[in-house]
Amino acid sequence: MDTTQITDASPPTPQQTEAELKRAARGATRPGDRIFLGLSRGSGILLLAIMAAIAVFLTYRASIAIGKDDGNFLTTFEWNTGLIPPKFGIAVLAFGTIVSSIIAMVIAVPIAVAIALFLTHYAPRRLSGPIAYVIDLLAAVPSIVYGLWGALILVPHMNGLYGWLDDYLGWTGIFEWQGGAPRSMLTVGILLAIMILPIITNVSREVFRQAPQMIEEAALALGATRWEVIRMAVIPFGRSGVISASMLGLGRALGETMAVATVLSPTFTIQASLLDPGGGTFAQNIASKFSEASDLGRDALIASGLVLFVITLLVNGAARMIIARRKEYSGANA
Amino acid sequence: MKLQRKNRRALAFGALAVSGALALTACGSDDTGDGGGSGASSTANASSVKCDDAKGQLLADGSSAQKNAIDAWVKQFTQACGVQINYKGSGSGAGITAFTNGQVAFAGSDSALKPEEVTASKKVCSGGQAIDLPMVGGPIAIGYNVPGVDKLTLDAPTLAKIFNNKISKWNDPAIAKLNAGAKLPDLKIQAFHRSEDSGTTDNFTKYLIATAKSDWPYSGGKAWQAAGGQSASGSSGIAQQVKQTSGAIGYMELSYAKDGINPVSIDTGASAPVEASVENATKAIADAKVVGTGSDLALQLNYATKAEGAYPITLVTYEIACDKGNKADTLAATKAFLRYIASEDGQKVLADNDYAPIPDDIIAKVRTTIEGLS
Repeated sequence: MDTTQITDASPPTPQQTEAELKRAARGATRPGDRIFLGLSRGSGILLLAIMAAIAVFLTYRASIAIGKDDGNFLTTFEWNTGLIPPKFGIAVLAFGTIVSSIIAMVIAVPIAVAIALFLTHYAPRRLSGPIAYVIDLLAAVPSIVYGLWGALILVPHMNGLYGWLDDYLGWTGIFEWQGGAPRSMLTVGILLAIMILPIITNVSREVFRQAPQMIEEAALALGATRWEVIRMAVIPFGRSGVISASMLGLGRALGETMAVATVLSPTFTIQASLLDPGGGTFAQNIASKFSEASDLGRDALIASGLVLFVITLLVNGAARMIIARRKEYSGANA
Repeated sequence: MKLQRKNRRALAFGALAVSGALALTACGSDDTGDGGGSGASSTANASSVKCDDAKGQLLADGSSAQKNAIDAWVKQFTQACGVQINYKGSGSGAGITAFTNGQVAFAGSDSALKPEEVTASKKVCSGGQAIDLPMVGGPIAIGYNVPGVDKLTLDAPTLAKIFNNKISKWNDPAIAKLNAGAKLPDLKIQAFHRSEDSGTTDNFTKYLIATAKSDWPYSGGKAWQAAGGQSASGSSGIAQQVKQTSGAIGYMELSYAKDGINPVSIDTGASAPVEASVENATKAIADAKVVGTGSDLALQLNYATKAEGAYPITLVTYEIACDKGNKADTLAATKAFLRYIASEDGQKVLADNDYAPIPDDIIAKVRTTIEGLS
């Protein structure tokens, strides 16, 4: 087939060229290729089918609960599925989930990037190996252990920081402290920051390590300091990778359950101050309400889970858009 | 070679992390009741347990509030009859669901069955329906942590105002009036409630509704309704927070109110304030009415009781079984176990574990009902 095409003397029409190119791209088809094609296509379709099934199930169960909700599902500051009629809403949960994750990101991303840069560009090799191991191990600690550590050690030691914040930043309202137990959004954010640190650090480290050696050496040869090399060659190159890494961390922070449930003092209120106990997150609320929930209560929790699903989807979509806009720096084009 | 060394190092770190985790979880879990269970109660006369032809294995699930009591009973019963009873304690709601799905032989619940749950039970109880058998009483202690105050008396309206954030300082005149002579500090009150849905919350708020309606304008239920305050998970979580936080107050099952947590005495209108104790809870349950129909023995507690020494903030947990149509292969074991826990010996085990025994005339009705199970 291919040989006849090539020996054909007449100039190929555009259609012919296209068909030929396609065929060439497909390459020769042997049974192995066809089986592999079938397997990978099947896996792809299976994945879509599973996702669709989950979405249909969640939407169906959620719609049952929302139909029976006496309050507004989006704005009610209450979660009481045992009432007749039931009344519940996700306002507090959405607020708490987003605020705690933002705090975690604000703390974790700069530290993670700094650690990654230190490991790839400053630390002696003998030191960077063990540090990388320790960070890997941090990621393997179960979240309930973080939760227990947070409740037993972190919370009792937060009073000093809280007092300091209240003294110097209390006038903002955001850091006003009434003297409650420090089981607040800020403590949760700090704990989440520690939990998402390893994943952001590890991915950023890998990205920074891929920075083109030649550009770095060229910059050094031109008289740049090490910091200038990092600022001009390494960080722009790694930016989209760091964004991806942060999104992985953010995903974990949004969905973190046991640690939040152990450390937070959940109440259905929204406080202006980050230091006052109270608030809640989607995952924490599901974990703490599930065991005593009736059928309707479970459907309501599923509905709240669906909202978390949508939020995660939006966040990931936004991240993809940011990365796409910065494509010129991404590893694929370097 | 080098790789192996690295692996070993990673392994060492891992081992460190795991052992640390184990140590932490060991600290976290409150093992209440176990001491009592293995102490005095194990000497109870195990031979008095009537086994009949009970055999095999029983599955049960439900209220976590009575888990410690069930554990102590199961220990005795298994010793005498060799029947394994596996009570999961995953919560009243989960227990009733498991029961109406036919997965367990009996369920434990902090609140009596609702009409729709009775209807649902008719599927698994062929020819009968599920009934409530009051088996375990429990005082709900109001624990507090105020430096320099070892004794504290509160009444229902004050409690309602404290938990509804209407009273915010420990030296509030309303508290001072009830505690003449106590040195109440100028300290912020930090009121703790349960973060998850709970039968303890249900019973505590039922008490507030019954006795301080104007200060507690909520409808009640297993979820906490008042805004504000702070929360923690489980009685153990509340107890831990009260211990840690100066100025804290919270409600918990009596067995958790120890090691530095003082329970509040309640001014019920009786001649003297009533302490939270097992005996005083039993006295309050004696004032309850049976409101269940037929063989159902659901109780309605009199929260506004003014009887001498009756501690009004009390919960009663039930065992739920079918009155007719229990499964043939579990009926003998279920009946034998329920008979044992309702017996004098069985009820004696309760007091050793900080639970309140059910008063005589009610438990007598329970015993009659158990004999009629089929």
